[in-house]
Amino acid sequence: MEKKVVVLNVNGIDYELYINPKTLLVEAIRDYIGLTGTKRGCDTVSCGACTVLINGMSIKSCSVLAVQAEGYKITTIEGLEKNGKLAPIQEAFLDQGAYQCGFCAPGMIMSSQALLNENPNPTEWEIREGIEGNICRCTGYNSIVRAVQAVASGKYTEVKS
Amino acid sequence: MIHDFTYLKPGSLKEALAMYAEHDDCKVICGGQSLLIVMRQGMISPEYVLDIKHIKELDYIKFDPKDGLRIGATTTHREIEKSDVIKKNYPVLVEMERKLASVQVRNWGTIGGNLAHADSAGDPAPVLIALDAEITVGNKDGQRTMPLEDFFVDYFETVLQKGEIVLEVHVPAPAARSAAAYQKFNLLESDMGIVASAASVTLDENGACKDVRIVLGNAGPTPRRVKRAEELLKGKTYDEALFAEAGKIASEDCEPVSDIHASEEHRRHVLGVLTKRMLKKAWEQARG
Repeated sequence: MEKKVVVLNVNGIDYELYINPKTLLVEAIRDYIGLTGTKRGCDTVSCGACTVLINGMSIKSCSVLAVQAEGYKITTIEGLEKNGKLAPIQEAFLDQGAYQCGFCAPGMIMSSQALLNENPNPTEWEIREGIEGNICRCTGYNSIVRAVQAVASGKYTEVKS
Repeated sequence: MIHDFTYLKPGSLKEALAMYAEHDDCKVICGGQSLLIVMRQGMISPEYVLDIKHIKELDYIKFDPKDGLRIGATTTHREIEKSDVIKKNYPVLVEMERKLASVQVRNWGTIGGNLAHADSAGDPAPVLIALDAEITVGNKDGQRTMPLEDFFVDYFETVLQKGEIVLEVHVPAPAARSAAAYQKFNLLESDMGIVASAASVTLDENGACKDVRIVLGNAGPTPRRVKRAEELLKGKTYDEALFAEAGKIASEDCEPVSDIHASEEHRRHVLGVLTKRMLKKAWEQARG
């Protein structure tokens, strides 16, 4: 086994890492870069807590090798806020009480954001399909669906820098 | 825990095939949505992992009204799901992809990787076999093409030889008065199917069955044609009693396992019901 130098662009910043090639993207983000918002849940591509965006689309970072994510723009939950202001989807999750224990929230928010990137006006069913890869054991999902609907309805406008 | 491996990153398809031929105990990774799970479980611990995810030569969807559909191996599930040309000509493929695992998996996982992994519960294979698809595999010395149903050998085992990778899936142009349907049975939408059934039906000018293919998923080690039921239906006209009879045959001509998700008996029953429904659905769509 030969360690590799990998440059990962996370939230607009290039991080040069010297890692074992078996390092998963979630390990690179949490343990090497130190951004611990992304959660490590089931580790078997089931729960979605580790969801991050790669070039705007959602993936599960527990099941992607860090070396394979080189050259992409990776966005984690820490990368959503702009100029110290939470992103609309984050505000909406707070307002709708779409958290309880909060463990699923970073992944759930990233999946919601990915859905809104592709489809700014999803139906309720499309929202439920969009977050099917994320498991929440507390909220019963209804408050999460309401949060995404609130953003889609234009209640929260992007903060312009 | 994943065992240490040496990571190989070829710059082109040609280089990938050369590297694969050179390295023993080497596994190919593309999206890795299946491979990394079995590596983490310690089921396999290859010395080398050859990455082909970034090889754009195999990332394509091409459609020609005569030739049909050609999908490159590194095309993601999501690209298939969102393809307008596939939606128009092979809507069953889009429906199947929409129910395959979750959005995140479909964004990164690929069709070639899914087929090469040869999980009996995989969604694409039964549908593609029902559509009479062929698969092309190749190594550094050449290529070979075969019906997709001949590609699978056993649970997680295919005809791929050392140094060979999946290159392309080809689906013939849709015949006139034809349609296909697929449904899997599972408890959670993004779960693996407990069992699945795919049916494609082609009718003649008089509305009688000209051709039919019935393929079961997770009903044995490999995707399984129900040829006895296909023969029963050929030449016949629309008859729900016949679909029920075909479903009964499907539940007999399979060898599902009993496991934590369902008993063998339950699986046989559901396979019969799904087959009956898929035949009816495909037939009605083919009739237009």
